Amino acid sequence: MAKKEVDGEGLDIPNRIKALPVKRPGPIVAAVIVALLAAMLIQGMITNPRLDWPTVWKYLFNENVLEGIRYTLELTVISMVVAIILSVILAIMRKSINPVLRGVSWFFIWFFRGTPVYTQLIFWGLFSVLIPKLSLGIPFTSVEFWSVDSSVVVTAFNAAWIGLALNEAAYLSEIVRAGLEAVDPGQTEAAQALGMSRTLIMRRIILPQAMRIIIPPTGNETIGMLKTTSLVTAVPFTLELQFATNAIANRIYKPIPLLLVACFWYLLITSILMVIQSRLEKHFGKGFDARAMGTRGKQPPLPGKTEGEPKDDVNKLNEAAFTGMTA
Amino acid sequence: MTDTANTTASVGTGTQPAIKATQVHKAFGSLHVLKGVDLTVMPGTVTVILGPSGSGKSTFLRLINQLETLTGGSIEVDGELIGFKHVTKNGQDVLQTLDDKEIAAQRSRLGMVFQRFNLFPHMTALENVMEAPVHVKHIGKKEARELGVAELERVGLGDRLDYYPSQLSGGQQQRVAIARALAMKPEIMLFDEPTSALDPELVGEVLNVMRSLAKEGMTMVCVTHEIGFAREVADQVVFMDGGVVVEKGGPDIIDHPTEPRFKDFLQHVL
Repeated sequence: MAKKEVDGEGLDIPNRIKALPVKRPGPIVAAVIVALLAAMLIQGMITNPRLDWPTVWKYLFNENVLEGIRYTLELTVISMVVAIILSVILAIMRKSINPVLRGVSWFFIWFFRGTPVYTQLIFWGLFSVLIPKLSLGIPFTSVEFWSVDSSVVVTAFNAAWIGLALNEAAYLSEIVRAGLEAVDPGQTEAAQALGMSRTLIMRRIILPQAMRIIIPPTGNETIGMLKTTSLVTAVPFTLELQFATNAIANRIYKPIPLLLVACFWYLLITSILMVIQSRLEKHFGKGFDARAMGTRGKQPPLPGKTEGEPKDDVNKLNEAAFTGMTA
Repeated sequence: MTDTANTTASVGTGTQPAIKATQVHKAFGSLHVLKGVDLTVMPGTVTVILGPSGSGKSTFLRLINQLETLTGGSIEVDGELIGFKHVTKNGQDVLQTLDDKEIAAQRSRLGMVFQRFNLFPHMTALENVMEAPVHVKHIGKKEARELGVAELERVGLGDRLDYYPSQLSGGQQQRVAIARALAMKPEIMLFDEPTSALDPELVGEVLNVMRSLAKEGMTMVCVTHEIGFAREVADQVVFMDGGVVVEKGGPDIIDHPTEPRFKDFLQHVL
């Protein structure tokens, strides 16, 4: 536990109170119980032969497993990036003054949120059966400038990320919309009064502030996506982590150690994603947490609302401003 | 009241009014907020609008800057009709609503300061001031920076360039907001109760900045409750109540009001 700071340390307070703290046995009791349970769990995990740790180690860095991680990561990143871009467009369309755009956005969200992602993935897998040829031409005529076989474009991998991204975009766009709506309308008015256009206001004023609200649930969604990628067997795409470990398990008749391998990698990637999320939160929280000054060198003091003018060395501060400013 | 025909061109009257509002009406749904407001603001003068809350004074200010749309009447800035243009359709002269670009161009003549500052919280003081010059006027970053520093120095905040709004006091934030509006080089400044959200001891620093702006000859329209400021700085004082102008005149009307409603208001404020 961190050392507790004493209020007014070093100050001359003649009648300083030295009282005993409130008696709290709770934390100690809880710690003992938790430690006991943890010890039992660890003991069980080490000694239980069915977990088969040697097999876990053997396959932890197996070639197929590593390839599975690569595909899982690729699917997660590609589908999230596409979903984020799409969701911002959908959210902005949803708030548009154009009723057609609003309707399209509403329909998209209704459809992709209203059907299971597993079903959607099967559908994308059957895309080339449904529409064998993609072509560019004049609608309702036989004029065609360019065409390609669907099976060439919508490969299993592409079907997988398209399916995941479209489904995810529907969920994310509601998160984005909530973020956009949380920004004070006074911000838009101030920007309008400065002569900024609608798109400029969205890009420079509203979105950056909405990001602060959007990022935590988006991080959550990304971690969710990491594991949803295991559903792409529905396409069927069969090279991601879950399928790869499962395939090995079936081959050697040892399902449990390979589930542990999968768990280990999913947990590791989730941990990395959590670090990235916390970095992003710090970046977009700029200006909201008054102390988060990033790498701007000198940290100005925090004047209270009614404190008036803090007495700083003005020249020094100006110097800091001129050397530290990068934007 | 259907007196919307505004043919009094300002030819021959010497200087053209900076703002000319004629029989302005505004309704929000069935709520009739402004009921025929006439007001002329000459260039280089300070107009202070007084009135109880709900009298429509803020709405009037917001109409000038097109944050609200006129329901009736007309407002001209520098002789140019605000929000609409005359077009001929089927041989008849009708009004056409301006598009976003045209509105933005008209707004660029006006600077506005809000009661709640509305600074961009994710930008430093300097970035707030540089934002519109860089992204609306497309002037270079370096030039915009010099401009931003100069405007912040003008409001006495040359030592707060890299502070975020959350690190500034209310009075300092409002001064940044003034600097941000001034950086667009407006011809007219609109102040919507700029000191109402401030702690009493911080009101003075904002009024001082406004005072010096007035001295420099800026055309200003201020909605405020600061009677002292009105008496000292205003060229024209307007008292609004119930959506109409009840009394207007020089600053002396504050000490010698004629309308009973104005008298009553002053008694409660002073």
